[in-house]
Amino acid sequence: MVTEIKAGSRTDKSGNAVLRGGAASFFLSPATIIIIIFLVIPAFWTIYLGITNYRLTGFSAVDPEIIGLENFRRALSDPAFFNSLKVTFIFTIGSAILGQAVLGFFLAWILFGLSKRVRSTVEIIVIAAWMVPSSVVSFLWIAFLNGDVGTLNAILGSQTRWLIDYPLESIVVFNIWRGTAFSMLLFAAAVASIPKSHLEVARVAGASRGQQLRTIVLPAIRPYILTDILLITLWTFNDFGPYLITSGGPGQETELLAIFVYNNALRFLDFGYASSIAAIMLLINLILSLIVITTGKKRSQ
Amino acid sequence: MEKSASERITSALFVVIVSLFFLLPIAWLFLAPFDGQPTYRLKLSDPSLNNFREMSQNPYAYRSLLNSAIFSAGTGLVIILIGAPAAYVLSRVKFKGRDVFLYFLLLFSSVVSGSAAMVPLFLLALRFNILDTYHGVIFILAGGLLPAAIFILKDFTDSLPRSYEESAKIFGASSFRILKDIVAPVIRPGLAVIFVWAFVQSWGNFLIPFIIIRDINKQPAAVMMYSFYTEAGDAVIRTVAAFGLLYTIPVLLMYFYVNRKYGFRFYGGIKG
Repeated sequence: MVTEIKAGSRTDKSGNAVLRGGAASFFLSPATIIIIIFLVIPAFWTIYLGITNYRLTGFSAVDPEIIGLENFRRALSDPAFFNSLKVTFIFTIGSAILGQAVLGFFLAWILFGLSKRVRSTVEIIVIAAWMVPSSVVSFLWIAFLNGDVGTLNAILGSQTRWLIDYPLESIVVFNIWRGTAFSMLLFAAAVASIPKSHLEVARVAGASRGQQLRTIVLPAIRPYILTDILLITLWTFNDFGPYLITSGGPGQETELLAIFVYNNALRFLDFGYASSIAAIMLLINLILSLIVITTGKKRSQ
Repeated sequence: MEKSASERITSALFVVIVSLFFLLPIAWLFLAPFDGQPTYRLKLSDPSLNNFREMSQNPYAYRSLLNSAIFSAGTGLVIILIGAPAAYVLSRVKFKGRDVFLYFLLLFSSVVSGSAAMVPLFLLALRFNILDTYHGVIFILAGGLLPAAIFILKDFTDSLPRSYEESAKIFGASSFRILKDIVAPVIRPGLAVIFVWAFVQSWGNFLIPFIIIRDINKQPAAVMMYSFYTEAGDAVIRTVAAFGLLYTIPVLLMYFYVNRKYGFRFYGGIKG
């Protein structure tokens, strides 16, 4: 019996002992089918629709035509598209890179030096902002920023109508609040993985916390910084969440690309144009994802 | 750790200010539901449970929470039933093209977001007649979450020894039996975490049901909450407060469950 088990584990190196080929494909195919239908096909369909004049109403609803790059040409002369691109750019750089990554890192680093009780208390508060469903946090921020009696104005003793006078700044701060937990957790894991002896040596040599940060911590966690920034950029770039607070307004001041696509598709029913914008989003996602995957691979090697 | 006095004060100040920044907006959610006269103001005057009574009058409130439970549990189940066998194969069988398969799985899952694919998802639902259906939302949500679930379960399975499966195989157990009686019990903690994760993701998801569900009787709490505060104006602030809290509680409970049982830190990276 013993020899047989050994023989079994040896053939297993080629991967055939545990599962037969038939069973393997039987186990694998449902997931593959769902992913093809709801992930792969929509990607290519978006690109196809982007070169048509498909609308849900009117003539082209019955018989959509391929109009080549017409939608993209239209986007290039559409101020609303450029506005949306600019809003998305400011939102992403401001809330993800300058906001979540920087705040998340400093939280992780400072909490690392504090007692476990303080650390877990602060972490729970930060994580709560990340866990609560988006339609709830959106209302919480509408209340928080309310012009008459909102908490922020109560603290500042002002009556600023934040969502009307500073809508983009408001959703940037909102999204920092909403998403910092991810960067904090990632950097906390990264900082904890630095060998204790390295920090010890620096401290004995008389390095201040700031010097430890520059000479030991930042170089050690550089790959994590890149991963973090790429991932949160990807998510923030695709975010639809602020729609629940501002609906893209006032005017189009907070009309992120995701909201621009939604408005063109499901409000104006102009599926062709909406899809061409979505195709541009897919292209940007592709570039970001390829960088994430390539750098991730390099690190694991 | 030794620190100078000024470093200590800076740290303490930073922690206090940041904690307040994260705490203040969320505080309303725990005070207003119990306030006799709730407004946008952060306060607790005249405590009562009237807001919950008022909310219960709304015929759609509980209904939408039930719908959310159906969407979320359905998505969690589909993910486990379909994702676990796939992850198992990808972990144990080095078939030709496996690495390419995994590469494209990773690529598509990060490239195709709900926002970028909302038009074809809507048209897909229209064409397959799954607009306004539970399974329509469940399959679309599952499609988005499956790749990440498969990756995590594959990593989990990779870390387990194969000796049990090999022994069972030698004694003539079928592949299905091995999966059901030997693998499933061993990877149960992984399955539980994935189920909770898929549940929480679906519970909070707004965009997909917002696009796919028009029938108010099938709307989940995410969309219902939004309709409460956008369509009905200030008058329903009682309902919004009470409903917001009820809708949030399951997520917090699940978080504490996972945190206590398995430790949240390790799975911190899982969020779509």
